[in-house]
Amino acid sequence: MSVSRSLDSDHQLARLLQIGIVLEEVVEARASKHAEAVAGETAVVEYMAGAAEESATHRDRLEAIIADLDAETVPFEEIEALVEATYEADSDFDDVLYDQLCNEETAYKFYDDLIEAIEASTTEFSVSRDRLLSTLETIREQEADGVEAVTTLMGEQ
Amino acid sequence: MNTADQYLKAIYLIQQIEDGPASTGALADRLDVSPASANEMIGKLESQGLVEHEKYKGVDLTDEGIRQARDALETYCIIERFLLQVLEVENYRAEARTLESVIDETVAERLDTIVDRNEACPDCFDPENDVCECLEPEAKVSD
Repeated sequence: MSVSRSLDSDHQLARLLQIGIVLEEVVEARASKHAEAVAGETAVVEYMAGAAEESATHRDRLEAIIADLDAETVPFEEIEALVEATYEADSDFDDVLYDQLCNEETAYKFYDDLIEAIEASTTEFSVSRDRLLSTLETIREQEADGVEAVTTLMGEQ
Repeated sequence: MNTADQYLKAIYLIQQIEDGPASTGALADRLDVSPASANEMIGKLESQGLVEHEKYKGVDLTDEGIRQARDALETYCIIERFLLQVLEVENYRAEARTLESVIDETVAERLDTIVDRNEACPDCFDPENDVCECLEPEAKVSD
């Protein structure tokens, strides 16, 4: 939006939630690939499996809101194929954990910015503002926990 | 992308079009803000060493300003490409403009892992049409 404008329509909100879903899909697909890449590292594999599951849950929650805004989402299979095409397999768990840290930090930043934009907007969206903010705040909190968990894992390696 | 980065990107593109300093008026027009707001931000950018402002001539980016502007332009290009290639948004140019202030550079970097982007980016950006030149043919096909 130009510098002075804010989030002012269902369409813009739906588009940003679509971006959030794709980010979750990227995290889910990359975490699954990472788990394969470091198959011998039990703690990392367990974490990655949990991270992929959590992203799928976030995606479901965002999709429920998007459905109420009459917008569609990109099927996970499509994003998974894009990630597959660009993923560079790396069995070094330091790199894998660093990438996962970027995933979690990026998701946190995205939800933080989106919450700020919604709070700054006076628009009445078709979905309840309370439900929207509560969903996004919960997801943001889980992303913050994810950053902490990866950082702990990195410290243990 | 924060407000300062949006200004730096706009100054960079105007300087390319004008082949010289960017006037405050042109900057205000491009960003759809008042000349007073543009002047205020120019003062802030100048105090951070990102631009040099000469009265009656306009604004020039410093080397550091150019570096940051090019990073911001890359972020913008990723947003345009993501909208077109992944979400298949026909009106991706207009939508990129409405979304850029909410999409941070780190988020764009992650989206960049699944878009196809020219190595020459951001040099392939067309400042007059506000779009990556490499995206134009694809856009015409999808229309």
